[in-house]
Amino acid sequence: MAAASGLAVENSARATLDWTARLKDAVLAALVATLLALPLVGVQTYDIGGGALGIRTHFDWVAIAAAVVFAGRLALHRRQRLHRGGESGGETVFTRLAAWGNRRALPITLTGIAFAVALPFLPFSSRYLIDLGTTVLIYVMLGWGLNVVVGLAGLLDLGYVAFYAVGAYTFALLARDLGLTFWQALPFSGLVAASFGVILGFPVLRLRGDYLAIVTLGFGEIIRIVLLNWSPVTGGPNGISDIPRPSFFGLPFARAAPEGVRTFHQFFGVEFSPAQRVTYIYFVILTLALVTNLFTLRLRRLPIGRAWEALREDEVACRALGINPTNVKLSAFGIGAMLGGFAGCFFATRQGFISPESFTFIESATILAIVVLGGMGSQMGVVLAAILLVSLPEFGRAFAEFRMLIFGAAMVAIMVWRPRGLLAHREPSLRLRAGRSATP
Amino acid sequence: MAYFLQQLINGLTLGSIYGLIAIGYTMVYGIIGMINFAHGEIYMIGAFISIIAFLVLGLIGVSYVPLALALVLLTTMLFTAIYGWTVERVAYRPLRGSFRLAPLISAIGTSIFLQNYVQILQGAREKPMLPVVQGGFTIFESGGFAVRLSYLQLLIMLVTLALMAGFSTFIATTPLGRAQRACEQDMQMAALLGVDVDRVISMTFVMGAALAAVAGLMVTLYYGVVDFFIGFLAGVKAFTAAVLGGIGSLPGAMLGGILIGLIEAFWSGYFSVEYKDVSVFVVLILVLVFRPTGLLGRPELEKV
Repeated sequence: MAAASGLAVENSARATLDWTARLKDAVLAALVATLLALPLVGVQTYDIGGGALGIRTHFDWVAIAAAVVFAGRLALHRRQRLHRGGESGGETVFTRLAAWGNRRALPITLTGIAFAVALPFLPFSSRYLIDLGTTVLIYVMLGWGLNVVVGLAGLLDLGYVAFYAVGAYTFALLARDLGLTFWQALPFSGLVAASFGVILGFPVLRLRGDYLAIVTLGFGEIIRIVLLNWSPVTGGPNGISDIPRPSFFGLPFARAAPEGVRTFHQFFGVEFSPAQRVTYIYFVILTLALVTNLFTLRLRRLPIGRAWEALREDEVACRALGINPTNVKLSAFGIGAMLGGFAGCFFATRQGFISPESFTFIESATILAIVVLGGMGSQMGVVLAAILLVSLPEFGRAFAEFRMLIFGAAMVAIMVWRPRGLLAHREPSLRLRAGRSATP
Repeated sequence: MAYFLQQLINGLTLGSIYGLIAIGYTMVYGIIGMINFAHGEIYMIGAFISIIAFLVLGLIGVSYVPLALALVLLTTMLFTAIYGWTVERVAYRPLRGSFRLAPLISAIGTSIFLQNYVQILQGAREKPMLPVVQGGFTIFESGGFAVRLSYLQLLIMLVTLALMAGFSTFIATTPLGRAQRACEQDMQMAALLGVDVDRVISMTFVMGAALAAVAGLMVTLYYGVVDFFIGFLAGVKAFTAAVLGGIGSLPGAMLGGILIGLIEAFWSGYFSVEYKDVSVFVVLILVLVFRPTGLLGRPELEKV
C-alpha cells in the first residue's frame, strides 16, 4: 500500500518534471528539423535554361516542417520511451489481428481464395481491376518466393530481381529463337533461374548475413548490366518484344486465328472479346501463385524447411547438430530463385515486351519491402503488403509520387516498432508434448 | 605510357572520392558492426547541398573562388553532418539489440526514403553545375598525347590527403578518438568504463557524413552534374573499397578507395566503359569470397 502511494507520488513528480524536459526535447527536435529542411526543403533548384540553375526559396515549408516535428515530438515523446528496445509494445491492433489471423487461418484463406477466383466475374469488376489484380498477384508470388529465402532461411537477398530477370529473358529467348510457347518454356525458366541461384549462391553462402546481402545486390546489378550491354542476344536497352501470349491448351486468344488453328472464342462458340485474354492471364498467375504458396507451405513441414528455420534462428547450434549450413542455404536460395524465375516467365508473357528497365534494384527493394512489411515468414502478410503496395499509387497522383517515400519510411518504422513485420505472429512450427514425440 | 599515366591520374582522383566515402562505411562497421546502406545517400545529399550553397553564394555575390570554395565546404559539411546524425538517431539507434538483419533493412528503407525525398523536393532531372575551378597544366607530352593534370584534380587529391592526415591525427590523439577506438574494440567494456557509447556512435555518424559531404562537393565540381540517384552506385563502390581495404580499418578504406578508383579508370580505359561497374562488383565478390578480411583487416571470430 505504502509502496503503491510512493509510486504514485513519484509518478506525479516525474510528470511535472517531464513537461519541461519534454518541451526542451521538442524544441531541440524542431531545431534539428529546421536545420535539416533549410538547404533541401527551403531552397529549390530549377533549370533556367542554358545549362544553368536558378533557385527559389520555400521558407514557409521549413517553418511547417519544424512545427510538425515540434508537435509530433511533444505528442510522441512518452510512446517512444515505451517502445525503445524493439517489440516491447505489448498488445497492439496488429498483434491481435495477427493472432486472430492465426486462429482463423483456414476460413480466412478460403475466403481470400474464393474472392480472388470470383473477382473477374463480380459486377463491379472491370478490365482495369483485373489488370491491377494480375500485378498484385505477380508481387504476391515474388513475395512468397523471396519469403523462402528471407523469411524462412533468414538470408537477406537484395538481388532477387536477378532471378526474375533470368526467368523472363529465358522465356523471351526460347520463344524468339526456338519458338517455344509459354507453357513449354515455363519449366525451363524456373530451371535456369534455379541454376543461376545455385551457381551464384555456392561461393557466397558461407558469408555472414550482411555481406551476403551486399553480394546479392552486386549479382543483381551485374545481371542487369550484362542484359543492358549484351545487345546481340538480349537486345540491349531496347529489350525483346513480341513475346508470345499464353494459350489455353493450345487455343490462342485472338480475333482471327492463323491458318489451321482454332481460337478460344471459336472453339467455345462465344463472342470474341479482349477481356477473355486478360481474365485468362489473371487466372494463370492466380494458379501459379497458389501453387507457389502450397509448395512453400509443404516445404516448411519437410526436414529441409525445418532446417531453414533452425538455421535462421541459430547457425552455430545448427552446425553443432550436424546440419550443413551451406547446403541448406543453397537449397533455399535455389528454390527461391526458381520461384522468381517462374514469376519472371509469367511477367514476360503478360507484358509481351521486356527490357532491363524492369529489373532495377528498386524492384528488388520493392519485393523485399513486401516481405518485410508483411512480416517475414508470414504468407498472409505478403498478400496484404502486396495489395497495399501495388494499389497505393492507383489512388491518385500524389500517392504515386510519394509511394517509394512512404515505403522507405515504412520499412524504417516497421523495423523500429515491429521488427518481425506487421502480421508476424510467431507460432512455433513444432511443439514438444510431454511423453510424445514432436508433432507439427 | 602517356595514356597509362593519364588513367593513373584519373583513377587517383576518383579513388580519393571513393576513399572519403569509404571511411564512413568502415568507421560505422568497425564500431557497431552494421553496413550503413544509407551512407551513399548521405553523399548524394552532400552533393546537392553543395550545389545549393554555390547558388546561394552566387546570389549573395561572393565571387572570389577560394573563399566561395571554403564557405561551401564548411556549410556542406555542417548540414550533411546533421543529416548523418539524424539518420542514426531515427533509424538505427532504436534498433540496437534487435535481430541481426533489422538495422540493414532499416538502412535500406532510409536509403529509399532519402532518394525519393531529394527527388520530390529537387526534381528528378540532372542538376548541371558550371565549372568553378578551371585550367590545369600539362605534365608531359609524348606522341601527340598530352598528359594533363587539372587544378581541380590536384585540389581533390590534396584536400583528401589533408583530410586523411587530420582525421588520423584526430582518431589517434583526441579523447573522442580514443573513445571511438575503445568502442571499436569492446563496446560493453567501454560503456562500463564510463564512455558515453551513444554519443560516440552519434559522433561517428557525424564524422562519416561530413567526409561524405566533402566527397559530394568534389564530385559536383569534378563531373559538373548531380542527380538524386548517384548515391547508390557510389555507395556500393565505396563499400567495396572499405571491404577491399579491410573493413574497420581507416588506412584500409583509403587504400581500398584508391584501388577501386584505379580499377575503374583502367578498366574503362583499356577494356570497356559499359562494363566498368561490373568490374567493381566482381572485385567485391572476389574479395568477399577469397579474403573477407580485406587487405589490412583483422580476421573476425563469430561467437555464440
